[in-house]
Amino acid sequence: MRRVAVIGVGQSEFVRAYPGSIRELAFEAFREAMEDGGLKPAAIDASIVCSAPEYDRQRSPAGVIAEYLGLNPQPTFYVETLCSSSTTGVRLAAALIASGQHDVVAVIGFQKMSEISSAESQERMGRGADIQWESPFGTMMPAYYAMYARAHMAAYGTTLEDLALIRVKSSVYGRLNEKAVYRKEVTPAQLADPKDRMAGPVASPLRVGDCCANADGSSCLLLAAEDRARDCRKKPVWLLGVGSASASVNLTGRDLFTGLSVAREAARRAYRMAGVGPDDIDVAEVHDCFTIAELMAYEDLGFAEPGGGRELIRNRATYREGKIPVNVDGGLLSKGHPIGATGGSQVRTIVLQLRGEAGAMQVKEPRIGLVHNIGGVGLYGNVLILGIE
Amino acid sequence: MGQKSEAGLDDRFRRFGTVGFTGITRVNDFIAHLEEGRVAGTRCRDCGQVFFPPCADCRSCFSRRMAWFAVEGEGRLVSWSRLAFGPAGFQEDVPYTIALLDFGGYKVFGRVDRAVSEEELAVGLPMKVRVERLPGDRLSYAFVKA
Ligand SMILES: [Zn+2]
Repeated sequence: MRRVAVIGVGQSEFVRAYPGSIRELAFEAFREAMEDGGLKPAAIDASIVCSAPEYDRQRSPAGVIAEYLGLNPQPTFYVETLCSSSTTGVRLAAALIASGQHDVVAVIGFQKMSEISSAESQERMGRGADIQWESPFGTMMPAYYAMYARAHMAAYGTTLEDLALIRVKSSVYGRLNEKAVYRKEVTPAQLADPKDRMAGPVASPLRVGDCCANADGSSCLLLAAEDRARDCRKKPVWLLGVGSASASVNLTGRDLFTGLSVAREAARRAYRMAGVGPDDIDVAEVHDCFTIAELMAYEDLGFAEPGGGRELIRNRATYREGKIPVNVDGGLLSKGHPIGATGGSQVRTIVLQLRGEAGAMQVKEPRIGLVHNIGGVGLYGNVLILGIE
Repeated sequence: MGQKSEAGLDDRFRRFGTVGFTGITRVNDFIAHLEEGRVAGTRCRDCGQVFFPPCADCRSCFSRRMAWFAVEGEGRLVSWSRLAFGPAGFQEDVPYTIALLDFGGYKVFGRVDRAVSEEELAVGLPMKVRVERLPGDRLSYAFVKA
């Protein structure tokens, strides 16, 4: 098996409504990644296009995107695992490279949430769960994470104030991230004030401030085999471990409600492959689609014991200067969550951190970084571990 | 029920819940049980594996021989959430509460009955399931305090 490295990264700005088509949106990230890696389209052996389905008017988006990016006649295909689509793309790209089928693969994640009307979006939200046995009750993504929050609070005494601290941390770094959709400060007082918009109810116990915003955006990662990676413009960032897992869609098929089994299983596999443990991680990007999701990630990834997540945020251990900096780019809560682009954006942040190119968000000399990217409500999970020599 | 889909199949299941998203399933007798006041799951006749929601196929032994059983007794409230916003078709319904009950051998996902206020809920609360008739000849079930 050949070693695999990330040799180029790019991301569009994440915005409320992108004033262009999906192919143009994809190009924003692709251009940045290709300039970062110093490559021309002919150097790309294959492309993998990732988004969450049913938000795109275009059926089979890989075709039009590969055409617009100048990636014909090389093979291209589309992959989706909802919000973890682009890290699933990374996993497939790594397998294609490690096996020797391709030398350089582009993973392009995108989502144009504004492509469809809000009525259409409401309709799709209704079909986000098990349509046979859950959706007829009127389920929504925030309500499921809210059920995990409630169970976590009951089991461990986690509070709404703890969750607010996660949103507050996110806003500190969102303000530094020029590509984030939400760049305003959020204070604990806002989430505690019933009259403040941030404290408005969404799905109890979660409030507006506990939820990430939809956004339009794209990400692009260029992955390469070892011998190609050594000749590139930038220091290669090695993919040391990749772990993936799945769980039942329907909550009736689950046993754990204070954490995500997919995250625990994917992390176990990724740590084993990389030969490292939670204490070795210098910087992490976790899937904070909701505040509770970040808190559970601390525990699922082994940064804290089950129930110990709140201590990390109370002690500011996950701030940039802390023991294990998490989401120091603002995370999904501040960057926004263009579903198919999110995982690629997380990997980009870790790559920039490991290269020392993260600017105002830079953590002090990290060597090993981790990405935790979850699809659906703990339905799909990918954990990636990246390192620099 | 004489309902038939466009393909000539029995689509009774379309009547399940506030909004139906699919009508064709091999466990559409679930609707017949609801009509008779029972929320029912399936048990494999060959290996005894219990399924809720009901399955037509056993993933443990690959059997198709299933028997129906009624969800009875008390389940414990695992968790719940009260929604302030709903998807298309549910906007008139908000606020409402979804929840998960653990019956030991299986779990049941559904709505908490409107008569139960959120203040009365607590993780571990014993609850039972009750069939509900909804407008438009629709059928569902909801959780009430045991
Ligand atoms: Zn069986």
